[in-house]
Amino acid sequence: MVHQYKLNGYNIVLDTCSGSVHVVDDVAYDIIAMYEQFSKEEIIAKVLEKYSTMPDVTAEEIEECLIDIKGLKATKKLFTEDEYENLAIDYKNHSNVVKALCLHVAHTCNLNCSYCFASQGKYNGDRALMSFDTGKQAFDFLIANSGTRKNLEVDFFGGEPLMNWDVVKELVAYARSVEKQYNKNFRFTLTTNGMLVDDEVIDFANKEMSNVVLSLDGRKEVNDRFRIDYKGRGSYDTIVPKFKHFVEKRGGKDYYMRGTFTHNNVDFTNDILHMADLGFTELSMEPVVCPPGDPYALTQEDLPILKEQYEILAKEMIRRKKAGKGFTFYHYMIDLDNGPCIYKRITGCGSGTEYMAVTPWGELYPCHQFVGDPKYSLGNVWTGVTRKEVQDEFRSCNAYARKECRDCWAKLYCSGGCAANSYHATGSINGVYEYGCELFKKRIECAIMIKVAESEEE
Amino acid sequence: MRRIKTISTKNITKTVNKGGCGECQTSCQSACKTSCGVANQKCENKNNQ
Repeated sequence: MVHQYKLNGYNIVLDTCSGSVHVVDDVAYDIIAMYEQFSKEEIIAKVLEKYSTMPDVTAEEIEECLIDIKGLKATKKLFTEDEYENLAIDYKNHSNVVKALCLHVAHTCNLNCSYCFASQGKYNGDRALMSFDTGKQAFDFLIANSGTRKNLEVDFFGGEPLMNWDVVKELVAYARSVEKQYNKNFRFTLTTNGMLVDDEVIDFANKEMSNVVLSLDGRKEVNDRFRIDYKGRGSYDTIVPKFKHFVEKRGGKDYYMRGTFTHNNVDFTNDILHMADLGFTELSMEPVVCPPGDPYALTQEDLPILKEQYEILAKEMIRRKKAGKGFTFYHYMIDLDNGPCIYKRITGCGSGTEYMAVTPWGELYPCHQFVGDPKYSLGNVWTGVTRKEVQDEFRSCNAYARKECRDCWAKLYCSGGCAANSYHATGSINGVYEYGCELFKKRIECAIMIKVAESEEE
Repeated sequence: MRRIKTISTKNITKTVNKGGCGECQTSCQSACKTSCGVANQKCENKNNQ
């Protein structure tokens, strides 16, 4: 399967199943588009007709290009056959390993963001903090179910995890005390709204957390529209200086400034650029997750605007990088040389199988987005997964689970997409969240275009 | 090739035999938490590089 597109002056040809990327001129672009449908003679005739005003486009020259394409096909760099479908099913059926937990240490929050998918941290339930004993059991569950996997990930999540900071520190100490014994390497992430960040938090997080995710929506007026406290006061002026200090002291360790955009700021590129102008360089900005009827939900009319925004962002990133002011956008990070293997690309996000969320009471859910929905409860950290039928439903999620995905050029980049997004949009984790797919495909096109632009610079 | 320039990429087909160690990061665990993407995940398998 081949995907061809034109962006920012480049003609790009992507060979889905090998991951190969080719930059071609207009003539080769047209020839590749016809290659599998027409005979050599037909292609030559059509190209000669279209480019009749261009003297360098001759029959011999077209034939030469056809030979090049044939060579690329023979070396599995173009029109590569898709032979991966069965791998996805076999791999997931044979793997019972858990390697990552999203630990909901606090189902409460000190901000009152109306757009919060977690209903202000409560996940449509009661406010609660996780006890050390429950958290410890979650770690024991993870270690016991992780098989020979060495790298285990735990995200301290909420609500706002800093509202249960002492337990977070105790759990980190516990995990560190046992990791050698079990031959494990814990990688911790802290996701925080920043309100309670101080030097003590910064120093501990910079020592122990592999990654910190710092929530900021961008411009002050955008951030303060939703990210407000219980008195209605915006958080921007409180959190931005703290985040700057946090990142300055991070010493190059991973972090992300992570924002959400809504119908109210479809020009979200300006929010990303605002964060870059504040001096942050690792940036992420996500579409809001909410029911379609909410006033801030993204609309069909927003879609072309958003796609254009992604293009504007990509071009601006190229410009800033050349000017020595480059920054990273999470969705444009694409590692063409050392990206994931085919198993990673086809087996889905791992929710419900290798990745689970744990509530303050120790219940297990397929991921943080399903927490609070009893239909998707999997069990708990003491008994393990008891509702195998729910887990099996998630086990079946992969890049080939939906007909639409099977025929999609982007499936090896999204791995079948987010089960929660599918569920919220269609009522089924096996549904297709088309809006999200459209945005995802645009992002991948932009990400690859940036790589092409960089390669042209070399 | 006069009209085609191929960018250096890892050939996915070659990872069928040596891939699948599972040591890489869970895709949703890094920054997004809402939209699955695997393309930006680093491979941690030295035998596969």
